Amino acid sequence: MKFKKILPQFLTLLFIVLIFGFFTMNAQENMDTRGIEFGFGFLKQEASFDIQFSLIDYDGSRSYGRAYLVGLLNTLLVSFIGIVLCTLLGAVVGVARLSPNYLIRKTASFYIEFFRNIPLLLQIFFWYFAALRALPMPEDAPQILGSSFMTIKGFYTLAPIWNNFDIFFVALIFSLIIIFFFNRFAKKKQEEEGKQYPKFLISLVIFILIPAATFLIGVDLSWSFPELKQLAKTSFTFEGGVGIPPELIALTLALTLYTATFIAENVRAGIQGVGKGQKEAAASIGLTPSQVLKLVIMPQALRIIIPPTTNQYLNLTKNSSLAAAIAYPDLVLVFAGTAMMQTGRAIEIVGITMATYLTISLAISLFMNWYNKRIAIQEK
Amino acid sequence: MFKYLKQLTSLVAMVAVLFTFTTETFAAKKSKTLKNTQKKGFVRCGVSQGLPGFSNADAAGNWTGVDVDVCRAVAAAVLGDANKVKFTPLSAKERFTALTSGEIDILSRNTTWTLSRDADIGLTFVGVNFYDGQGFMVRKDSGITSTSQFKNGISACTNIGTTTELNMRDFFNSKGISYTPVAFEKADEVVAAYDAGRCDTYTTDKSGLAAQRTKMSNPDDHIVLPETISKEPLGPVVRQGDAVWEDIVRWSLNTMIEAEEYGITSANADSMKTSENPQIKRLVGAEGEMGAAFGLDNEWNLRIIKQVGNYGESYKRNIADTGILPDRGPNQLWTKGGILYVPPSR
Repeated sequence: MKFKKILPQFLTLLFIVLIFGFFTMNAQENMDTRGIEFGFGFLKQEASFDIQFSLIDYDGSRSYGRAYLVGLLNTLLVSFIGIVLCTLLGAVVGVARLSPNYLIRKTASFYIEFFRNIPLLLQIFFWYFAALRALPMPEDAPQILGSSFMTIKGFYTLAPIWNNFDIFFVALIFSLIIIFFFNRFAKKKQEEEGKQYPKFLISLVIFILIPAATFLIGVDLSWSFPELKQLAKTSFTFEGGVGIPPELIALTLALTLYTATFIAENVRAGIQGVGKGQKEAAASIGLTPSQVLKLVIMPQALRIIIPPTTNQYLNLTKNSSLAAAIAYPDLVLVFAGTAMMQTGRAIEIVGITMATYLTISLAISLFMNWYNKRIAIQEK
Repeated sequence: MFKYLKQLTSLVAMVAVLFTFTTETFAAKKSKTLKNTQKKGFVRCGVSQGLPGFSNADAAGNWTGVDVDVCRAVAAAVLGDANKVKFTPLSAKERFTALTSGEIDILSRNTTWTLSRDADIGLTFVGVNFYDGQGFMVRKDSGITSTSQFKNGISACTNIGTTTELNMRDFFNSKGISYTPVAFEKADEVVAAYDAGRCDTYTTDKSGLAAQRTKMSNPDDHIVLPETISKEPLGPVVRQGDAVWEDIVRWSLNTMIEAEEYGITSANADSMKTSENPQIKRLVGAEGEMGAAFGLDNEWNLRIIKQVGNYGESYKRNIADTGILPDRGPNQLWTKGGILYVPPSR
């Protein structure tokens, strides 16, 4: 009996292994006849190409491995910013969709229907090329927010120049640890004695005071300002400060506006999924409307919102690979693009790139599953 | 009776086996790619996604250009019809993978012949059909007339996956100029971004600059700087491992260039069969056995000249008459002051 059960499974497995083996052999044979060798030694070779925008120290004399890291960090950067922004926007629009105000409700619906039904690549092109055409040349750019400039060549703004940044950073971490323990203490007090502290206010004070205190013991901060520089008769750029490339801005904008529509729908569904009786019951025991939302509706709505939103986070991260179309140097453009071309190592590089995206996606899933479990109903 | 029949059948079977065996070994000597091409009935050719003069499709989907003509020449030679070509437009990034994976059989896509490409990644370059060099384009009103006027902080738009990216770095490093590379996957986006003002300069092969300039919203607003910062011998590429196919492509190109040298054109090719000059007669299949080594008939080269024309005709039709680069520069015959010099067909 047992054998009968296992046999089909075994055969399926064998079949998969054979297919996989066949393709591996085939690839091996084809590569042999064409004189291509398999290996990862190329990662140590000099890359000899430059990258527009990098979070870490990089130039063409560094290795392909370093170029990979630059691409990876750029992918993570745009994904992280995108996820944060689309969550905020999605939450606002989702709530707005249920607003009793006709104008707000309809505007939110229109936004959602418009942006989620246009292919993302088109939206990326639109934001990039529309923005390029609409933005002023560096010499015509008006000064905004103190010393910042929005130009066709990027957004130039103040750059902080730190002295002893490591001390400041340690203090920042330290303050977060203290806030964590304080909140635990406050929760315990409330449960045991019913005493309520202004938790948020005290946390904020800790968060500001401790890092600020480090300025007394040697931490110093000054600013570097962007300054207009003439390159040729009609050609200008900014020097100093920090420049955010228009490619990053356009990509973030497109990813955020697109993904936020899906998240907004998740939020709406989550709120509507909480029974009406819950809200009425909460109101009847004298909770204020904001307490009703915070203590009764949201904890239950979140359970509905989180799983599909995880999918959207994954989508956003994977969609960020469309960056290659508009010259944002992400993993696909730098590594699966230039590096692959220069080395000709198609199989290795595509393999590494796939493994990388898989790892990022699994990490996001793991985190979201952990969070989902934490907020799930705990049976006592 | 039945006993003999049994013996007879085994004999027939043996002969049949032997026969298939010999034909198989005979066929194995012939090029596998050639065999597949003749079976399919078309040459699979990888070209650019649209570079006027080199490989560009019109509204009706007809491909023209000097790179396209190389593939047409091969089709004329092996299939007898220059139109039996299937063109696959490829980005710079995709091109080598498409060739090594067997999606195409000839890559004729303004590809620079370099040591690492030839040696490392399973490719073989068969010749040069255009001698080019990398240059820079700038806006005319910027007042820049030479690369010596470039300053720190300049931004340069270009394509990824090309030698351009590497040459650009070498150039700016040797001049000690800091620059911002803005590298796109497709040429159309590079042009659009540069045209919008994202970059101060646009750099690629000079032929490419001249061709792309025609696509700008206002071509007269841009100039190509005189300096050439690299050697870019562009030519067709084939997969490593099929020596006969490699030879066919190489000599199809050589035939076009040599035909120009001896004054054989698509118009006079037939009449050249009665020429006094044995070299000319060999080029039009009237003397020698010039196709046998490839597994082709003797008039393969005549068909190339008749259907596609010689190199000069191809250049004039695609590059000179379209106003891209009227001056042939180095792409002139060695007998006329250029550097086009091919081994003799004999």
